[in-house]
Amino acid sequence: MWYLCVFYHRLLEYRKPEFESLAGLFGAFAGTTTGSLEWRLPEDQHPDSPFHFVNIPSEEIARNIASRSILVKGIYELWGEGQTFEELEEAIKSYPDERKLPYLTPDTTFKITVESFGKVISFHEQNNRLQKLAFIPFKGRVNLKNPDHKFFLMDNDDYGSENGLPPIVQRRIFFGREIGAADRKILQTYQLKSRKYLGPTAMDAEMAFLMANQAQVRTGKLVYDPFVGTGSILIAAAHFGAMTMGADIDIRVVRDGRGPDCNVWSNFKQYGLPMPLSLLRADNNLPPWRSGLKEVFDAIICDPPYGVRAGGRKSGGRKLLKGVVAPYTVPDDKRTGHIPSTAPYSLVECVHDLLELAARMLVPGGRLVYFYPVLRDNESVDPNFPEHPCFELIASCEQILSYRYSRVLLTMIKIAPYTEDIAEAARIRHSEFKENHLKWLEDGNLHSAVFEPAEIQINGSGDAKFGTKPKYRGKYV
Amino acid sequence: MRLLTHNMLSSNIKGVTNGFPLLIEVEKVVEKQVDFNEDFLRNMFAKIEWKALVEASRTMGYTELPENSESSMLNSDEFLRKFHHALLELHLEEGALVCPETGRKFPVNKGIPNMLLHEDEV
Repeated sequence: MWYLCVFYHRLLEYRKPEFESLAGLFGAFAGTTTGSLEWRLPEDQHPDSPFHFVNIPSEEIARNIASRSILVKGIYELWGEGQTFEELEEAIKSYPDERKLPYLTPDTTFKITVESFGKVISFHEQNNRLQKLAFIPFKGRVNLKNPDHKFFLMDNDDYGSENGLPPIVQRRIFFGREIGAADRKILQTYQLKSRKYLGPTAMDAEMAFLMANQAQVRTGKLVYDPFVGTGSILIAAAHFGAMTMGADIDIRVVRDGRGPDCNVWSNFKQYGLPMPLSLLRADNNLPPWRSGLKEVFDAIICDPPYGVRAGGRKSGGRKLLKGVVAPYTVPDDKRTGHIPSTAPYSLVECVHDLLELAARMLVPGGRLVYFYPVLRDNESVDPNFPEHPCFELIASCEQILSYRYSRVLLTMIKIAPYTEDIAEAARIRHSEFKENHLKWLEDGNLHSAVFEPAEIQINGSGDAKFGTKPKYRGKYV
Repeated sequence: MRLLTHNMLSSNIKGVTNGFPLLIEVEKVVEKQVDFNEDFLRNMFAKIEWKALVEASRTMGYTELPENSESSMLNSDEFLRKFHHALLELHLEEGALVCPETGRKFPVNKGIPNMLLHEDEV
């Protein structure tokens, strides 16, 4: 059945993938957890618009998707739409009675919310619009706090081009019954502002929940983060009921934190979430897993270091890998407290290791959800995302971080088993990386591309290159 | 460090043929309660090396696990509870994991094993 889905107007590329991941989680695709839904754009709307029609098998699935989502403002059973209130009235009147009457009965309570996308309308104006619905035979009582049924009267007007909203051709008015809505209160509960233990690259709560939804996290599943840091991603996974595990190469972050009451464990305690099953100090480049181990994790969700704000590290020592010193033996008496030197870890090798880890350790059908940085200098060219024979890329969602670069959330699903051949190819690549250590660090060095001083170009009218703000903000939201 | 983790780790020092299972040197064991989830236990059962789990749990002071196991035992609630307890609730807070071939110790502090290899072990 077709429903009207109204999204929050932010993180535009993340909206539909989240919706479809949750649809898979709640059984919209019979027999499988991955698929795509049918979407239709209402008349006169731009694809970035918050209003979309979507076909979902049942009202129950629609409700489940909405309540678990972060970006769905509401899913509504559409009773009518139109360009004018007259058209809307006609549409509502012709909507079948058997779909309307059960929600208008005298023993129910209801509430009608009047909104306009992109602007605030005065109480006076809201009342005016409400009056236009007087023809609907509401027999129940109004309850603004906790009604049985919620109705929405929304419109999307043409505000001109200077407002940063998606351009539309004509006004459109919608009226519908709410099936479900996102519970964004959790964003306030988990906001980083009040988190006990933070690190410079802790994932913000909204994004962490989106990642957990992309990975279809739920109770009974085991989620792993190989770059756990302060645990911000695992917190979101634990909130949705999963068992969690994390590793990091930096022992200070994982074991010590900033004190006995300010570490990864205290973060989980702060929210009353079950503690991670295990945290370990491990190098993703030389992982400590036993050789027979595979297909253990249901999802791997992480934010690898891209070398811009936090550089990755791997075992080895800079001089060691350059061949300047031979591998040295630590004297026995110094062995226990020895902190092995680490070397810079290029993004290419880091992602290669991540894909190998995921290919081996994910259950069939398991999801790998991670961020990948992309330079924005040639916007029209499609970036080459990492590929692996065991994976199929099912979603890529861009979030612009600055003028120079953005990060893309990639969702990959494991479609083929990790064979001995694939393992062998990986071992060869691993040695190649070791041999050409320096080459990989210099090629495609993201850090310098991002932080290079800009050349300010002055055009004819004297405005600097960065002077004019884009009119329509698009993916900047 | 829980026994679930211990069951996944091995010593991957250069030259070692079989670094699993790591021997456990106990300094401090703590019992931490974990919510019982049957689905999770069933999934994990298929991936666990049983002998290693039994050995490890005995080192930690828990002797209730049967020597051998088979999937039909998952139907017994009593077995599931014991499995749950050994796998998830026994916690090595301080101690070390020892490589069975070289004797090299991987320290466990505040419940976190340090599996990083030294420069000459890579």
